[in-house]
Amino acid sequence: MKSAVIVFPGSNREGDVVRALKQAGSDVQKVWHADHELPKGTDLVVLPGGFSYGDYLRCGAIAGRAAVMDAVRAHAARGGLVLGICNGFQILCESGLLPGILMRNANLKFICHRQFLKVERNDTAFTKAYAQGQAIDVCVAHGEGNYTADAETLKRLEGEGLVAFRYCDAQGHVTADANRNGSMNSIAGIYSTKLNVLGMMPHPENLIEDLVGGTDGRGLFESLVSSFPHAA
Amino acid sequence: MIRNDVAITPELVKEHGLKADEYDRFVKLIGREPTLTELGIVSAMWNEHCSYKSSRIHLRGLPTKAPWVIQGPGENAGVIDIGDGLACIFKMESHNHPSFIEPYQGAATGVGGILRDVFTMGARPIAALNFLRFGEPDHPKTPHLVSGVVAGIGGYGNSFGVPTVGGSVGFDKRYNGNILVNAMAVGLARTDEIFYAKATGVGNPIVYLGSKTGRDGIHGATMASAEFDDASEEKRPTVQVGDPFAEKLLLEACLELMKSGAVIAIQDMGAAGLTSSAVEMGAKGNLGVELDLDKVPCREEGMTAYEMMLSESQERMLMVLKPGMEKQAEAIFHKWGLDFAVIGKTTDTLRFVIKHQGEVKADLPIKELGDEAPVYDRPWVESPRQPVIAADSVKAPVSEAEALLKLVGSPDQCSKRWVWEQYDHLILGNTVQVPGGDAAIVRVEDGPKGLALTTDVTPRYCEADPFEGGKQAVAEAWRNITAVGGLPLAITDNLNFASPERPESMGQFVGCLKGIGEACRALDFPVVSGNVSLYNETNGQGILPTPAIGGVGLLDDVTVNASIAFKDEGEAIILIGATSGWLGQSIYLRDVCGREEGAPPPVDLAEERRNGDFVRQLIRSGQVKTVHDCSDGGIALALAEMAMAGCVGAEITAVPETMPLHAFLFGEDQARYLIAVDEDVAADILYAAGAVGIPAVTLGVTGGDSLILPGQQAISVKQLKNAHEAWLPEYMAGKA
Repeated sequence: MKSAVIVFPGSNREGDVVRALKQAGSDVQKVWHADHELPKGTDLVVLPGGFSYGDYLRCGAIAGRAAVMDAVRAHAARGGLVLGICNGFQILCESGLLPGILMRNANLKFICHRQFLKVERNDTAFTKAYAQGQAIDVCVAHGEGNYTADAETLKRLEGEGLVAFRYCDAQGHVTADANRNGSMNSIAGIYSTKLNVLGMMPHPENLIEDLVGGTDGRGLFESLVSSFPHAA
Repeated sequence: MIRNDVAITPELVKEHGLKADEYDRFVKLIGREPTLTELGIVSAMWNEHCSYKSSRIHLRGLPTKAPWVIQGPGENAGVIDIGDGLACIFKMESHNHPSFIEPYQGAATGVGGILRDVFTMGARPIAALNFLRFGEPDHPKTPHLVSGVVAGIGGYGNSFGVPTVGGSVGFDKRYNGNILVNAMAVGLARTDEIFYAKATGVGNPIVYLGSKTGRDGIHGATMASAEFDDASEEKRPTVQVGDPFAEKLLLEACLELMKSGAVIAIQDMGAAGLTSSAVEMGAKGNLGVELDLDKVPCREEGMTAYEMMLSESQERMLMVLKPGMEKQAEAIFHKWGLDFAVIGKTTDTLRFVIKHQGEVKADLPIKELGDEAPVYDRPWVESPRQPVIAADSVKAPVSEAEALLKLVGSPDQCSKRWVWEQYDHLILGNTVQVPGGDAAIVRVEDGPKGLALTTDVTPRYCEADPFEGGKQAVAEAWRNITAVGGLPLAITDNLNFASPERPESMGQFVGCLKGIGEACRALDFPVVSGNVSLYNETNGQGILPTPAIGGVGLLDDVTVNASIAFKDEGEAIILIGATSGWLGQSIYLRDVCGREEGAPPPVDLAEERRNGDFVRQLIRSGQVKTVHDCSDGGIALALAEMAMAGCVGAEITAVPETMPLHAFLFGEDQARYLIAVDEDVAADILYAAGAVGIPAVTLGVTGGDSLILPGQQAISVKQLKNAHEAWLPEYMAGKA
């Protein structure tokens, strides 16, 4: 499988996600934000975490209009896979690839901590290595992760099964205490209508080794790589 | 002859923080009255912050060399060899005064400045730490300062993309008018790709890089060298504003440019901005420097030479480039959207010449600006000796269990989760031990090595006995690194003291430095970088002497380490090291008995080394995975922390009858560790310790969901945790 990780000025978790993709067996290339094309044969586009353009104006707002995003939108329109993590999720919302917006955390502070997520469905390219309803132990690190959308959008997301992950406790219970950033419906990640674009606030790429806390994040990258059994 | 439009009056000289005799010395040096720009330049170079004029003669006593030291003090940061062709580059620096005036920006730019010091030398930052002291919790300003400083540190480091993995937070009324914000950065570089400030070659281009110059921070270094009074908040305009996004771009652009081979010398513009960076590059290389300020990228119109030379706008660098490589360098900087301008050249005149709008605004001897700064041997007096407090003279006002519950939930000993959850401590995916343990551990690249990192000092010990306190600060940093399995290699010191012009505080400085030097020598733990912050006092009230020590150690195999958490039931708890029940200056005496008195525990450096080497060997051989050093709060607090971290209880059954129980449990004797091991291994360890004369005794066993101290009511681990985690969030929410 071939992954393209987009680097914006201010991206800072691109190295982390490159490491996770390589560990899962993907071929990875970094792509500069000013490029107009993706590398030939790109299967997966990743928008990494960070503070693109310093989070100035609005998180993801400037990056959402970068030159390379036209190519990313075209890739998504062809059914190509796109994964946005943290700032990448914010960029996906700002670029129109996903609905809703990420607001300031409910406590108005940046928070970095370990976090369980409930896997809502395991029949997508991103989650097939997990069990449905499984609680996975990953981490969050954001100041603006409070997912917000209008009532109609929320209803559609829920109705069409487009919620990918919810904040939960270790037993998989979706509780108010587990939803520290205050996201609507405890939403931690959502899919596009065709299930080929995933945006999520938590960082599976930082939980891929026992030495640094656990391996529950691996499943996401292994799912993606296994979606391309014949690719290099 | 230089045109001189502004008469230099004694008032003007005083406003620039120069004493009359210092000014006279300067006039004699240049043989004429200076221009206003020149006065600004010399005030920037000769203030305490930049010249170390009160501290320099005492700093000479510190050991700075070891076979693994590549670069000691004097450069942007210290450099040590960690093998495999890699160097660890690190430094700690204070931003105390700005953070008190404007906590968010003061702390943020403190982090920015220290990160820049590290990547200026060619290193990519891989970890940040900090050391914070605030006034007493009841002081009306304290919550606002805590909130702003923590948000500022997080705001800068999180965006820049470095994990903030460790630190120290404490409260004391002596910091009411003068908080401490010390930031430490740690980076990695190849040993053959380290960059220095020393310029070489005549006629080489001097290049300005990064953000534009504005009027912010003018005279920041002078402010940092003054005492505070009630009008200090009027100094807010001298605090700079940080832009972590610009710094991240500057990092990437600098590292890319360094790879291209174009860089001869590099110096970041920190305190005293363009002045100090240009003078340092020239003076270190025995070269003159000529700058044309018309070329300096400015944020505002109409800036004068004086303002440009003294601006402390952030995220700027100065470089000497190889001639002919300007175009290549410019392309890299423009790719990252940063300013790039050739603003001058190196000369063979040894003069520092500033031109602006066709006029020479300054023409000064460059070496003398740095080397001829005044050096003072300030009068000092030794701190009065405190009496040793006998263990059985201290009565226990409450039961040991009650005392422990009180301490785990006290401002200084409570969990600092509220703080470090605002720092991204997981980015880069190499954080092996997160904040809350003895030392943080970060993996080096993809392994197998790791670095153990810590910041520490016990200011109340330093005040009671500067010499022992100085020793203890180094010993504790060494012990923290040892307790996770690291081999301590070197330190950076951030020496925070009150006014050097008062013999009592100068005496504290001198005493602490002697202690630090002695401990560094005994423990092979040299000082490779540091920072001196004096004049930390407001309205004549000085801070506690606080020489913060930032320690770095090496783990050859990062997977072989120890942490404080109890990991299993039924493990033997062994105490390594001798206990006399030393309660003088202990947390127990202060927070339970309400007495701040006595001599602090003495540090026997030979014992320290022997016990530490023994414990490290147990970790490295894989025999021991659970270790915690005993410091504030003694054995009892260490046990509680081990139980809370692992959610496993313990029962303590064997205690000596030679001293009161509370002295045994809460005494702060040094050079001690608690370990927990499988009962089968325990006998071997006790035997091995006995064979080399190291005191080691089994205190009890892990297990259950409570901590049971001898003859005391059981305290559930849950109860401990509730108390431990509650105080800070409640305090910050205005409830405590």
